[in-house]
Amino acid sequence: MNGTELILWGIACSALSGVPALFLSAKSRAGQAISVVLNAVGCGLGLAGVWSFFANGPLPVVRFPSPVAGFNFTVAVDGLSAFFLVPVLLVGGLASIYGLQYWPQDKGMPNARRLSFFLGLMTAAMALLVVAGDGLLFLFGWETMAVSALFLVAVEDHIAETRKAAWLYIAASHFATLSGFGVFALLYSQTGSFEFSTLPNVTSTAAIFMAVLGLFGFGTKAGLMPMHIWLPGAHAAAPSHVSAVMSGVMIKMGVYGVFRTASFFPEIPLSWGLVTLAVGTVSAILGVAFAIGQHDIKRLLAYHSIENIGIIVMGLGLALIGRATGRSEWVLLGICGALLHVWNHALFKSLLFFGAGSVIHSMGTRELDVMGGLGRRMPATATCFLIGAVAICGLPPLNGFVSELMIYLGLFKTIQAEPASLASAAAFAAPGLALVGALAVACFVKVYGIVFLGAGRSEEAAHAHESGLAMTGPMFVLAGCCVLIGVAPLLFAAPLEQAATTWAAAESGTSADISGLSLASLAPLVPVSIIAAILIGLLVVGTAVLLRRVRTSPSSLTWDCGYAAPSARMQYTSSSFAQWLVDLFAWALWPRVHPPKVDTLFPEDTCFESHVDDTVLNKAVRPATRFFAWLFGLSRYLQQGSLQAYLLYILVIVVGLLIWRPGG
Amino acid sequence: MFETLSIHSVIHVAVVLLFPPLLLGAVNRTKAKFGGRQGQPILQTYYDLAKLLRKESVFSETTTWVFRFGPVVGLATAFVASLIVPMGHASAPLSFAGDVILFAYVLALGRFFTMAAALDTGSAFEGMGAAREATFACLAEPVLFLGLLVLSRISGSLQMSGLLGDSVAGGWATSAAPLLLIAISWFVVLLVENCRIPFDDPNTHLELTMIHEVMVLDHSGPALGLIMYGAALKLFVFAGMIINLVLPFGTGSTLVDWLVFLLGTLLVAVIVGTVESVIARLKMAEIPKLLIGAGVVSLFAVILLLSYS
Repeated sequence: MNGTELILWGIACSALSGVPALFLSAKSRAGQAISVVLNAVGCGLGLAGVWSFFANGPLPVVRFPSPVAGFNFTVAVDGLSAFFLVPVLLVGGLASIYGLQYWPQDKGMPNARRLSFFLGLMTAAMALLVVAGDGLLFLFGWETMAVSALFLVAVEDHIAETRKAAWLYIAASHFATLSGFGVFALLYSQTGSFEFSTLPNVTSTAAIFMAVLGLFGFGTKAGLMPMHIWLPGAHAAAPSHVSAVMSGVMIKMGVYGVFRTASFFPEIPLSWGLVTLAVGTVSAILGVAFAIGQHDIKRLLAYHSIENIGIIVMGLGLALIGRATGRSEWVLLGICGALLHVWNHALFKSLLFFGAGSVIHSMGTRELDVMGGLGRRMPATATCFLIGAVAICGLPPLNGFVSELMIYLGLFKTIQAEPASLASAAAFAAPGLALVGALAVACFVKVYGIVFLGAGRSEEAAHAHESGLAMTGPMFVLAGCCVLIGVAPLLFAAPLEQAATTWAAAESGTSADISGLSLASLAPLVPVSIIAAILIGLLVVGTAVLLRRVRTSPSSLTWDCGYAAPSARMQYTSSSFAQWLVDLFAWALWPRVHPPKVDTLFPEDTCFESHVDDTVLNKAVRPATRFFAWLFGLSRYLQQGSLQAYLLYILVIVVGLLIWRPGG
Repeated sequence: MFETLSIHSVIHVAVVLLFPPLLLGAVNRTKAKFGGRQGQPILQTYYDLAKLLRKESVFSETTTWVFRFGPVVGLATAFVASLIVPMGHASAPLSFAGDVILFAYVLALGRFFTMAAALDTGSAFEGMGAAREATFACLAEPVLFLGLLVLSRISGSLQMSGLLGDSVAGGWATSAAPLLLIAISWFVVLLVENCRIPFDDPNTHLELTMIHEVMVLDHSGPALGLIMYGAALKLFVFAGMIINLVLPFGTGSTLVDWLVFLLGTLLVAVIVGTVESVIARLKMAEIPKLLIGAGVVSLFAVILLLSYS
């Protein structure tokens, strides 16, 4: 069996993994176990196929007839597909295992069979869309993924808020699908085939439309600001392991779409690169700014996805600028940074959502301000979450640092361009990225500190319990991957270069040929390992020495400036921690504050509330679509529900057609 | 990539291990002179460190391992950062393309754990300090990076030792204005990163108005010693960067270069002490304005530099 067949069998296995359970009782533990095993096997087969690609080179292209007459489905695994396939299969499989204890079928969790079925189907659909070699199969996988995700978001469909989030998701998702149709229809009109290939002419109107649809359509799926409106609600409403798959992998399919579209163009105008870089930078900064204002742990993580997609798109923008100006070093650093960040974000964001799920499972709420002190009660979750938090901030010695370092290096190289051309404008993204990094540190210190450190803020927090092995196991695997990439990035240089070369369309002879460059010579991959070793060594030795020294130290109350009776309610909360930063970004966040009203001499108990809602959704999209909602609402008058009325409509139309004969 | 174990590296590490506490002494002595006082011995920080390392710690019952880990990370990261900055007109022991990014991010790692340790105590004061530290860092980080952009364009290098090396001397001849602006805004960064007046007053009597000191209220004994030494090291590193920027001229003699460098950092400490003596601490709400101002100044420096060619 060759690699392509392995991948296809894996896809089939995952796609059908939920089917046996549908025929078993809704509370059957065995049913869920079968789905998990099948999905894990499917993902394992797929990963074996990817391994054979990276180890032995190109896989055969497979074509089979499609339902659309006259067209074939093409399965072609290239460097880019293989690279994206890894997180899809890894996170998809792990999420399934996590679900065993997070959403146990036999404990009467709602719609558990549906969840298993669509989780497998979505994993398979995503794998299919990245291995697709033509637009039709891509769209087939894309739509299957989008619709499966709808059912996954709406698992708890008895909650009104969940239903709302699901509708918003599917509306945004279909906007992306529509753009996808546009992109591939234009590809067909330009090249005469749906198969992926490079366009003959980039300055044509069609090519420009394709680029715009690609960036903004697929960008909607990816969650780029300001098309991100669906993302926070959907991620918060879905079960945590589904959020992990959506945030870790599904939005990467949007990124894949953007990358794939960009690879169709043999040449790139400089303006496209600058626009892409600007969109990415704005997305990154505002994404993390919105994240800081949240006190729902999952909404907060969702906004961080917007930030990280922004960072990925910054890398892409840099690579496009490099292609436009013929600087192959910029191309390689930008695209490798972006691609590695795709992996990294898939790893640490899934890890963080798994960790959040573990906390929610134990606490029964997503509200940060009632948590606290969980580090003692849930040590495994706390440790894994800490690794994810440090990684997502891009701090050494973990994986986030490596990918951000590559993007930084590329951005710093642009300022050295001689003469100071337009391309130097790109360098201003570097301080932007620094701001993003500092904000991310603030945000994750807040999350980790409020959830896991200090004293418990509620009864539930005091009685929290650690999750089982099916939940902590996947977290440890992901945490291990984060450490591995951070400590030994050189191991991953080969797949990165392979994916980058595919993307840069080397065979079409672009001006910036990157095939002769090696990533290790441009980015300090070996020094990163050495620094990681020094840092870890210093920390281990330092901690050991300090702990030995203070072994016999007494313990006491927190000193708290001598106050003898501190209570848990006096601690800083997530909102108070973030207040200053939220105020600084108030021009974008529009924070809403509801202060308590005191209008009598003896006021009763009252409460203070503050929240940061989505500005784009509330201030732009809702008002702008109000007219259309009203307009389409008018059509409800036609929907009378009586047969006579519908017969009348038919009569009117027939008469109308008799009067106006089209073509005649 | 890495300097072979040269005499410079040995001196570098030795200086980093021994010299920084002297800077805190210099700051204190300057402030005492301005206040008309005798002041503590200039070596007082060394005595304090020796005392703290011998003492016992008291740990809050609320805290976990993160609280004990925080000071270690703070010191280890400051140490790694100090190995990246060139000193004494020679390349630093750790030097590779992209180490400028590592410099900023390794310090951020230290900040992450210092703030986490503060939140671990469950005290409102320490939470407040952590929140302020996080906020000011967000404003200071872009200023640092804008300065790095200017130096990176002047030197054509991505290594700290190249950025702050000989090319700066040439830079003063061709593009003095941007360099001057960067030196000024980096001094502001030095003040905020090291919690100095006008941003923070480590000596105020009221915890409510502190930033860094209030984060480490609960640390005691050896852990507090590590924090104190880490703070001195950080001040030394930032002072070193500024000295590399304004005194980039080598004399050819290793000994003289090192003396110039060390005296230069002491001079920065004296200037810090002077600033602390002659101006008052800003109102909390004014601090972001000053930092944003420094950001605008450095942005202007970048644009100015780009306009030269």
